[in-house]
Parts: sequence; C-alpha cells; structure tokens
Amino acid sequence: MAEQKGFNIRRQTGFATLAVACFVLLYLPILLLVAYSFNSGSSIAIWEGFSWRWYQSAWENELVQEATVRSLVIAVWASLISTTVAVLAALATTRTRKFRGQGAVFAMINQPLMVPEIVTAVALLIFFAMIKVATGYSGLLYLVIAHSAFCIPFAYLPIRARLQGMDLSLEQAAADLYATPFQAFRRITLPQLWPGILAGAMLAFVISLDDVVITEFVKSAGQDTLPTYMLGQLRRVITPEINAISTVLIGISVTMVIGFTLLSKIRN
Amino acid sequence: MADLSQREARRVSRVRWMLLAPALVLLVFAASGPLLITLVYSFLTAGDYGGVEWSLSSDAWFNVFMQRDIFDDTLGFSDAHLSIFWRSVKLSLMTTLACIFFGFPTAYFIATRPKKQRDFWMLLIIIPFWTNLLIRTFAIVELIRNEGTVNTVLMALGVIDEPIQMLYTEFSIAVGMVYVYLPLMVLPLYASMERLDFSLVEAGYDLYATRLKVLRRVILPLVKPGVIAGSILVFVPSLGAYVTPRVLGGGNQLMLGNLIELQFGQGRNWPLGAALSITLLAIVMVALLTYVRAVGNEEVKHG
Amino acid sequence: MSTAISVRHLRKVYPGQPPVVALADASLEIKDNEFFTLLGPSGCGKTTLLRMIAGFEHPTSGALEMFGEDLLELPPYKRPVNTVFQSYALFPHLTVAENIGFGLEMLGKPKAEIRATVGEMMELVQMTAMADRQTGQISGGQQQRVALARALAPKPKVLLLDEPLSALDFKLRKEMQLELKRLQTETGITFIFVTHDQEEALTMSDRIAVMSAGSIRQIGGPRDIYDQPAERFVADFIGDTNFLPAELVSSAGPTATVRLASGKTTTARSHEGADMSGQVTLALRPEHTSLVSEAEGMLTGRLGNVVYFGTDTHYHVQLDDGTGFVIRKQNSPDAPADFESGARVGVTFGAGVAQVLRD
Repeated sequence: MAEQKGFNIRRQTGFATLAVACFVLLYLPILLLVAYSFNSGSSIAIWEGFSWRWYQSAWENELVQEATVRSLVIAVWASLISTTVAVLAALATTRTRKFRGQGAVFAMINQPLMVPEIVTAVALLIFFAMIKVATGYSGLLYLVIAHSAFCIPFAYLPIRARLQGMDLSLEQAAADLYATPFQAFRRITLPQLWPGILAGAMLAFVISLDDVVITEFVKSAGQDTLPTYMLGQLRRVITPEINAISTVLIGISVTMVIGFTLLSKIRN
Repeated sequence: MADLSQREARRVSRVRWMLLAPALVLLVFAASGPLLITLVYSFLTAGDYGGVEWSLSSDAWFNVFMQRDIFDDTLGFSDAHLSIFWRSVKLSLMTTLACIFFGFPTAYFIATRPKKQRDFWMLLIIIPFWTNLLIRTFAIVELIRNEGTVNTVLMALGVIDEPIQMLYTEFSIAVGMVYVYLPLMVLPLYASMERLDFSLVEAGYDLYATRLKVLRRVILPLVKPGVIAGSILVFVPSLGAYVTPRVLGGGNQLMLGNLIELQFGQGRNWPLGAALSITLLAIVMVALLTYVRAVGNEEVKHG
Repeated sequence: MSTAISVRHLRKVYPGQPPVVALADASLEIKDNEFFTLLGPSGCGKTTLLRMIAGFEHPTSGALEMFGEDLLELPPYKRPVNTVFQSYALFPHLTVAENIGFGLEMLGKPKAEIRATVGEMMELVQMTAMADRQTGQISGGQQQRVALARALAPKPKVLLLDEPLSALDFKLRKEMQLELKRLQTETGITFIFVTHDQEEALTMSDRIAVMSAGSIRQIGGPRDIYDQPAERFVADFIGDTNFLPAELVSSAGPTATVRLASGKTTTARSHEGADMSGQVTLALRPEHTSLVSEAEGMLTGRLGNVVYFGTDTHYHVQLDDGTGFVIRKQNSPDAPADFESGARVGVTFGAGVAQVLRD
C-alpha cells in the first residue's frame, strides 16, 4: 500500500495504531460508565436490560437533590463573580505597556493553576476555620468565595485572549468619534468581547461544578455538593445510581465544552 | 508647563489598579493569604483536638522526614513518610513517562491529519479533560474492580477462574493517573507539533535519514519544548494528586495528598499537615522553575 | 487665512535607558483649509505628532492649539478633530451606515439629522448602495471610503489621516489620491495627512513638512521641497539626487557662485540667510542634467552602466574625482545614437539648477 501511494513523509511506524488505541482507552471507560447507568439490574458489569430506574432513584434521593441545588447555586455565583472580576482584570492587563508589578499580578491570578489543589484546599481549611471561630458563620459563602477565587484564571484566560485579538485602534476610533470611555466600552469593546466573556463564564461554571478537593476541605457538615456526595458514596456499595448522576454531569461538561469551542471560533 | 505624558501615565496606572483591585482582593483573601497563614501554621504547636496552639515549634518541620522513636527516644528517618514521598515521586514519574508514550503518537497523529479534521480530533481530547476528574476515576474503578468489566469479561471467557485484584494497588493508581492526566500531555505536544515545519522532515529524508532517525534527530528536538511542557503539566498535578489515589488506592497506598489530608483528619496534627503542604508546594515550584529555565534555554538556542 | 493648528515646541521622550526621543522640539503652523502633509520614513515622529493632535499621545512638553484654543487639556473624545486610521478601525459589529453615524450619535444629535448626514456622507464617498452591509463584507477600497465618511460625518474642522492609503494596491491608491484631494477642496476641511510615500505627498499636498529622527527638517510647498531641498536628508529622501562637493566662491541673496571639483564655476541657488562658507554640497536632480561630449562637460568622467527604463534611460557616470553620478534622459524613438558604456563623457547642467545644501 505504502509503496503504491508513494513515500509519505508524515508517517511514523506504529503511531497511528497507538493513537487509535489511545482514543479507545480514553473513551471506553466513560462509555461503559454511561451505558451501565441505563442498566436495569444493580450490577455495573453485567447488562440486564435498559431502564431509567437509576435516574429515577437519583431524582428521588433527597441527598442528591440537595447536593444538586447546592452545586448549582455555588457554580452560578462563582462563575458570575469570577467572570466579572476577570473582565476587569483582563481590561487592566491587556494592550498596555509592561507595568511595575505586572509579574506579581500574573503570578497571583495564575496561582490557582500552579499551586496543587490539595495545598490550596488545606490553606483554605486553616484560614476559614479561623474565621468560622471568630464569626460563628458557617454558611455557603465560604464555598462561594473559594470557588470564585480558583475560577478566576479559567475565566481570565479566554477573556484576555479575546481582548488581545481586538484591534486597539477600535477604541481609539470610538474616542475620536466623541465616545466617552464608558460609551466606548459599552458600544465597542463589550459587543466584541462577549464571546470571550461567555466562554470564560462557562469554563468557570464547569470548573466549579466539578470541584472535589477544595470543596471537600472547605465545606461544613451537611454541605455536600454533587462531587463530594459521590466521593462519600464510594465507601458503600456502588450502584448505577452514581453512574446516572455521573452521566448527567458528563452531559453538562460536554455541552459546555462544545459551546466553548464554538464561541472561541467566532472571529473578532 | 506640566508634563502631560507623565500625568497621563499616572492616570492610566490609577485606572489599571482600580480595575485589578476586585480580583486581587478576592485572590488575597482566598488564595495567597491563606497560603501565608499555612506557612505560619507549620511553625506552631499542634492542638490536642486539631487546630493549633499559638506557640512556636519546629516539631512539624522536624516530623516531615524524621521521627523520634516512641520507646527509646532515638532519632531516625520517618520510614512511613519517606515511603509515601518515594511512592508519590515514583508514581508521578511513571505517569509522566506513560503519558509521553501514549500522548506523543496521539499528538503526532492529530497534527498530521488534514487541517479541517484536526479540530475534531482535538475536541475528542478536550472533552475528557473537562469531564469531572472524580467521574473519570470512577470509570476506571468500575472497569478494574473485582466485579468490574475486565474481570467479568475475562472470567466469562474462561481466561481466569477468579478475579485479579487490580483495585487498591499502586498499579491501579498509576493507571488512573495516566487516564485522567493524558489530555494534559497531548495539548502542549499538539501545540508544538502543529507548528512543525514538515519541509525540515523532507530535508531529513533527503539527507538519507531513515524514519526512525528523522523522528529522533529532526522531529524530537523540534518538539522538545512541547514534551517538557506536557511533562510538567502531568507531573505537577500527579505529585499533588488526592482524589485518584484516594479512590483507587483505597486508603492503603497513600500519596502525598492523602498524607496531608490525614493530618487534618485522624492525625490531628495541623502544623505537620501545613509543613507537608509547603514541602509539596516547594517541590512543585522547583519543577516549574526548572521548566521555565529549560524552555528559556531552548528559546535562546533556537532564537 | 487663519491658523488652524499651531504646534509649538512639542517634545515627546519615552523614559528608559537610554530615553527614546520620539519628537524633538517640533513647531509648525497649519493654515485653515490647507492640505498639509507630514512626510518622513517610519520612526521619524510623524505619526506621534498626528496622534498628539488627536489626543492619543501626550507630550512631555510644548503647546498645541487649534484655532487659538488649547487642545492638550482635552481628552480625545472632546477634541473637535477626527481621524482616518491606518487600519481603518471600522467597528466590525456595526453596519456601514451605523459606522458613519457613530460620531453624530455620540454627540447626541437628533435621529433625523443623523440619518440625513449619513445619507449625505455615503453619497459623498459613493457608498449609498452598501449602507446595510457589515464592514467585513466590503472590499478594502470600500472600507477606506467608509472610514473617510465616518471621520467626515461630524464635520470636524480638522481631519487627521494616518497613512490611510498604505493598505491599498497601486491603482486604487492613485484613484483615492485624487478622490481625497477632491473631498478636501469640496468640504473645505483642513487635512493633516501622514505618509512615508514622497510621491503621494508631492501630488496631493498644499504644503509638506519633511520629518526625520523626531524633528522637522523642512516645511514648504511640493515645488520648494523638490527643487530647493534645504539639506541632504530632504534631497535624498525626496526623489533621486546627485550630491557634488564644491567650494563657495561668493554668495549674494538667493544665489551663490561655486567652484566644482573640475575647477569650473557655476551659479547655484541657496537658501537665504543660510550660514555657508568654504566647502559645500550641491544637490542636482538626475533629470536636470544631461550627457554631452567630454569637451562640452562641466564635469568629466567615464560612462558606466546604461539602464533602460522604458520612459527614460539612466546613465551612471564615474566622475574623475571618484564620485558616482546619475543622469536621466527621456527616451524618444528619433533620438540620436547613444554613448557607449566605457566611453569618456561630459556632464552639464544649466545655471541656477544646482542647489546649495545647508549641512
């Protein structure tokens, strides 16, 4: 075959096989997990027939209901807060000459990406424990603040990328045409920035929704989110109910990723 | 007259810091501030029921690697801690190597597809990356546990009579980490391979190199920054992994992340937990700095 | 005629090691209703000066007035000037008509007035048919027209144009040059035009300021600049020039008598008030000189390359003192036989053609 097609300079022996194996290995476990969420039996290895049974049982499980609501509340607030501050930070750090303190600012914004999650989790546990003792407050706000902070870099990066792709002279043209800085932002910058903002908000939402480690350390008793609830179930007998919850979460992630990809393709 | 250019520079700077303020306040409050407090905690005395007593102590740092024998009070290395450190480093290195083994051909495969197909293949890599890490770890559990898919299939086929114990071993942790961190290897590798100028590969073949030699002498040196970046991206989270070893190691095969957690749970030794966290952070920072220097040197060489 | 823009001792220094001087003590007056061009190579400070008038750059020191009013204290959005940007900077999410109406809208003009002016502007630049197109869907030349209409719509007293034609191809550029000149005459607006293209500057401008290394070298009409360059940089940057060393014999007002290297003397023009003595440099345009027999020449030398260009032919002569010299001669089919490469030849030019440069 190769002889008839001529010499393909891009080919490397065995690479295609390994790549295909890689894709199969990446998807096989997830697909099995999804498949067994529809199993009518309680096994996660022996197929007994199709049913919605585990979705219904998860839906009726009060702990799951509460965890779902809590996860969504935290994720919505965290993505709103982190995206808002990230937009402001991105406006301050793009299209500007190098400024004093720039390195420190970038290090701070990216800290949640560079510091291992367990370290951040422990640090927040210690700090919030102090505040809990001092104030007596032990509500959801701790989780919202923690999630907002570590979502900042995820919201910041796509917004900054979008801003960097924008022609600086557009805002100058607006100012030249008598638009005040606020008018220029609202009429010129914002309409072009929104795909980046939306993409950043979606990333922040998924990151918050999926977080296990930090939530596990920061939460007070009875503040399980979906992922920490699932982690807690691990010690018990695993039933396909976990698969059903997982499948829903995977569905949300896949939707967000595809949405994110499409948004990044909208040209400036 | 007044120097307008300086006045303008001051105005721009004022606006910049006003815009940055909300993000920085949030980050100081819930990221860098707590980290500093952790550092302080590592020098305090452990409280009897968790927490700390506010008196200075170097016990925590002493206990990171050393221990005092309970019976005869002699000093010695803490075997338990050292073995956990060693396991963390060993498993992280193995994970990194395995990710290169699978990730390199995959990234190369994607980079050599026609331009229009590449985004699709990359989407297939990105989707698992954004899928909950816990769920992906569960997927591995369901695959390899005693009643799991692999054992069930093998027994049904008559290959084995009783299930092979794969879960709760170092092997299962390694498999899990390779599985969850593989996309992190493919992303930077692909980024550097996509920029690869294939006329250089042609030049290699023109100058009598075989496929293997072209791979070793032309392609590999050119995509080295991608390999280094991918290795760091995999090694750093592997070293600090918490969820994967907890779920797949089952409490027997602890890694650093689990050891740290233990100090805040049953261990009730918050200062030691803080000291271990700072140690982990220090190792990660050394790895990141090595990476920055390596990439910097590469750029100087090729620049 | 009143003064539209008055620039006095504007200076811009970027701090650093060493500090970069973007503009060194620039002073000039631009008259109302004038087509004024800032000409110079990239990095000469022409764009910095233009952006200072627009309000996007801020001087380290100096003064800037427009019709007697201080501009420097005003932010860009309060300055009654409008800019045509090099990249056009058309708002990609707005239509052609929305782009043109943007400035009027920001000024809070009534909707009916905006609609009327936008219509008028689109007619002026012949873009009426494209009113509802997105700016990404029109050609480069059309984008150029929209950018122009957008900047003209608020009826500014001064229009700033930052190399607006540089992105167009040769033919379109020629068309737009004429178009710009027509618009300027029709609207009576003062145009300040920045370009590095000397031909563009010569064909369009009423007056030109030639800039180099952050300072203004010469200000004058196109003819003055071309025929009487003040200094070597100007002579070299605009058109082709031969430079000859000479010795000053005497000078009286705008003329000077100089002795060439060959020993012959001739009269040359000089700038009044210029401080000259001893050795000077003469500038001579290649098309103002001609090739003659060795005996007739004011200067003599050996003919080197003869390069045929269609409309004219360039003769490269190596003068006896070693200087290279180029003569341009218009071609015509009935011209007599030419000189052969390698022959001894003479070079001659009329009295008063050479220009004494200020060094």
